[in-house]
Amino acid sequence: MKQYMFLFRGGDAHAPGQSPEVQQAHMQLWMQWMGGLAQSGKLIGAQPLAQTGKILTGTKKVVTDGPFMEGKEMVGGYLMCKADTYDEAVEVAKGCPILVFEDGKVEVREMQEIKM
Amino acid sequence: MDTFQNNIDKLTDHLFRQQSGKMVAVLAKVFGTENLQVAEDVVQDTLLQAMEIWKLKGAPDNPSAWLYRVAKNKAIDILRRNKFSVQYDFSDNDRILLQSEYTMSTVMENLWKEEMVQDDLLRMMFACCHPDISEENQITLILKTLCGFSTAEIARSFLTTEDTISKRLYRTKEFFRERKIRPEFPPTDHLKSRANAVLRTIYLIFNEGYNSTHTDVMIRKDLLEQAMYLCDQLCSNVHTRLPEVYAAMALMCFHAARIDSRMGGEGEIILLPKQDRSKWNTQLICDGSAYLDKAAIGSEVSSYHIEAAIAFEHCAAPRFGDTNWAHILVLYTWLDAIAPSTIVQLNRLTVIGKVHGNEAVLQEIEQSARIPEWEKHFLYHSILGEIYSSTDKEKALLCYEKAVQLTQSISEKKLLRKKIAMLGTMTK
Repeated sequence: MKQYMFLFRGGDAHAPGQSPEVQQAHMQLWMQWMGGLAQSGKLIGAQPLAQTGKILTGTKKVVTDGPFMEGKEMVGGYLMCKADTYDEAVEVAKGCPILVFEDGKVEVREMQEIKM
Repeated sequence: MDTFQNNIDKLTDHLFRQQSGKMVAVLAKVFGTENLQVAEDVVQDTLLQAMEIWKLKGAPDNPSAWLYRVAKNKAIDILRRNKFSVQYDFSDNDRILLQSEYTMSTVMENLWKEEMVQDDLLRMMFACCHPDISEENQITLILKTLCGFSTAEIARSFLTTEDTISKRLYRTKEFFRERKIRPEFPPTDHLKSRANAVLRTIYLIFNEGYNSTHTDVMIRKDLLEQAMYLCDQLCSNVHTRLPEVYAAMALMCFHAARIDSRMGGEGEIILLPKQDRSKWNTQLICDGSAYLDKAAIGSEVSSYHIEAAIAFEHCAAPRFGDTNWAHILVLYTWLDAIAPSTIVQLNRLTVIGKVHGNEAVLQEIEQSARIPEWEKHFLYHSILGEIYSSTDKEKALLCYEKAVQLTQSISEKKLLRKKIAMLGTMTK
């Protein structure tokens, strides 16, 4: 079984102006989706990420502040899970609640084994 | 102000007993039973905070919900601080969702729903009754963590020291930590033995309320209610509705039916012959009989069956004089054969007196090898006092005084002093 990382972009359910009820209902969707993954033992971990950030670049380790791009292009969170194939991982990703938003994106990446 | 204070104390006393166990059960799921101490600390913090704030502002409209909310928030703080700490094992499929901010709040919210909390309490009771924990440690742990008993109260129930109880608790918690015991219903083949340990504890809780050795408020109805509520949970659960569970429930109904007549206006015990039987709760007696009928499935007879039968004999007698003592003696002899204990033997002595007279009691004592154990119990001296009161007043006085020394129950002490006073008037 391989490991995959999902990177979430866009689809901010906590945008200003959203009522607590709407936010709560949305978190319920995350609960159902991740709960299913946890039940099948495929969930490894997941966290949302803050809208702030720092970027370090190159040998000089130049530090620049975020935000670095438009909000919807930023990685807003990640999830790691187990799956046998990309197809299966993509099927899992289809359930992600971020996709209830038109601008929501899930990037599915397989974790690479580095062979020496 | 004093009345206000009293009201708060009364509310918190009752509520804290009821809720602390439930909260510990939920928190044990949150932190894992290996961190039972963390769960207990959160509950303790929550209760202290409640005391402080309620004293100033008065109790909230829904005190239980208030406690749950505060405990929940404290738990969330701890989880956030320790998200990646090795102390907490989040690898568990149920608990991994508590590690992620996407799901933590929702999971926490769901964990504190009333119907979940009630089942958690049962599951936790089973966890406390793990077969590798000695029975006395099981009971100690349940009383401490799930029933809000203080170490001192447990020590008194067990006729032992607080130090011993503390040591037991420490050892049991170590065991939980090492083995990571999960709160769950036991597998079918272990269910009976584990349910029995749970049942014993429930009955101890009940007795704590019924005989109440440690406070002026003689009958702690909340304890009776809690014990009966827990037993009722076992009765309503498909897996745990065993004959002995029904029998224990019947027994508790028969006892509880009589509590209103058992206490006088000043919290003193009113003994069976003087109880106003019209105060007995006929509904509870009927309920008890119905449970006893259900307990009659299968061929096994537990001590609860016999004790319930004895209690029923008392409930069935319209007047004290109508009591079928001969049958009760048969039942006590049977009980002593399958579940011998000092208290059963001493009660049996009393019944021998009723059936065969005082001489027979003294003969029975003479032939017994159990006297050293009996002598540690106030009831033994009280029985002797009763017997000698008509023949040898000075001997009776010594016996009663010994009994007063040995009981910690304020109401028992009162009762004994009354008997001593009566001896005095008889001598004059």
